[in-house]
Amino acid sequence: MAFHRITLTVNGETELVDVPSNMTLLQMLREKLVLTGTKNGCAAGECGACTVILNGEPVNSCMVLAVECDGAQITTVEGLAHDGQLDPVQAAIIEQGGVQCGFCTPGILISARALLDRNPAPSDYEIRDALVGNLCRCTGYLRIIDAVKDAAQRHNIAVA
Amino acid sequence: MISPYPGLPEFEYIKPASLIEASRFLAEHAGQARPFMGGTDTFVRLRDGFWKEKYIVDVKGLDGMNDITFDPAAGLTIGAAVNMNRVIASPEVEKRYPLLAEATHTVASYQLRTRATIVGNICNASPAGDTIGACLVLGGVLRVHGVDGLREEALSAFFRGPGTTVLKPGDIATAVIFPLPPKGCAARYIKLGRNAIGDLAIVGVTALGYPDGSSASGYRFRLALASVAPVPLVPAQAEAILAEKPVSEMTIAEAAEAAMQTCTPIDDVRGSARYRKLMVRNLTKRAITEVWEQVGRR
Repeated sequence: MAFHRITLTVNGETELVDVPSNMTLLQMLREKLVLTGTKNGCAAGECGACTVILNGEPVNSCMVLAVECDGAQITTVEGLAHDGQLDPVQAAIIEQGGVQCGFCTPGILISARALLDRNPAPSDYEIRDALVGNLCRCTGYLRIIDAVKDAAQRHNIAVA
Repeated sequence: MISPYPGLPEFEYIKPASLIEASRFLAEHAGQARPFMGGTDTFVRLRDGFWKEKYIVDVKGLDGMNDITFDPAAGLTIGAAVNMNRVIASPEVEKRYPLLAEATHTVASYQLRTRATIVGNICNASPAGDTIGACLVLGGVLRVHGVDGLREEALSAFFRGPGTTVLKPGDIATAVIFPLPPKGCAARYIKLGRNAIGDLAIVGVTALGYPDGSSASGYRFRLALASVAPVPLVPAQAEAILAEKPVSEMTIAEAAEAAMQTCTPIDDVRGSARYRKLMVRNLTKRAITEVWEQVGRR
């Protein structure tokens, strides 16, 4: 099986990686770049634990080949905090108690960040709709939804 | 067998530089090569061992496949690589083909729709494909590039069975084209899943209606049913009833009954055949009634 040399930007860092044809973006992040914040759940595009931002939009990284990401910009959960400051969605999910076992949390943070980037003031329905692809078996979702609302308010206060 | 290991089996990733090169490669490696777009069905099938292709051919980004365009005379063209979120967000789709946005929005999740495409949904040819009903009732035509060049395939004669279509080795669907929707039309997609959003359809009913002076009832309805036959199903008998008899609560009930008689669902993990049949009747009635309430008032 052939290897492909790709260059991509992950969390602001340029990376040069040799990947086999069948390696997923998820495997490359975890096994080649040791960014293990992104989790492998179902490997079928259903649970959302592997969600990352690819060129500005969230994707299931288990459903993308690494070789397709040549030249891409990727943000993983490790790239959300800046200068020692948590992203508002990270701060809010801690304060609202939206984390229990934590396995789904990286994917939820990424989906929430992507939602707020495209829609800074989402309604309850829009938050639920944006998180349809992120399964959580612990929290019952309500505190996660509260956290996204809280993060949107923090952001909008900071901007205003 | 479903592999517990998250990785994909071995294959070679091929990225041709042109459609001609892609069609030639696919034809020369018939049975061993498969084109893919977003891969949301392809990778699951490969991982689970249902498909064993040696070559996976990435045809995204070839010759205009990334464009979504509207022409007031020719209608809407959605390139094969245009992802579903772009279709939902398109102002032209929202304004002139809202049914397409409604149906597309019921597919899986936002992050899956970043990769999934309408043309992929069509070519995957699942009887449960959520966007296929909308594509059928809107008169969609697939533009296909094969070894002999470009041609068009009407969706009404495209599906052959679960996962099988009229496409041949070397064929690559490059776009789906919709004519202008009929004047004064309204449409609905009603999807019954095990939960409110995100799941595959147990039953899906698409209905589009419009005034038409050439039919006895003065109206025409186009219907499509998902998950209740080996292919996305058009219940022609139900459509004929609505064209021939004055549209009323009774006629709608009769058409819904005819739709139920047409379908041949199976029992599976999502629902029994009997439940599906009854739901086809109830949801077809509801979909036609909702469309009629809008069309009949105009």
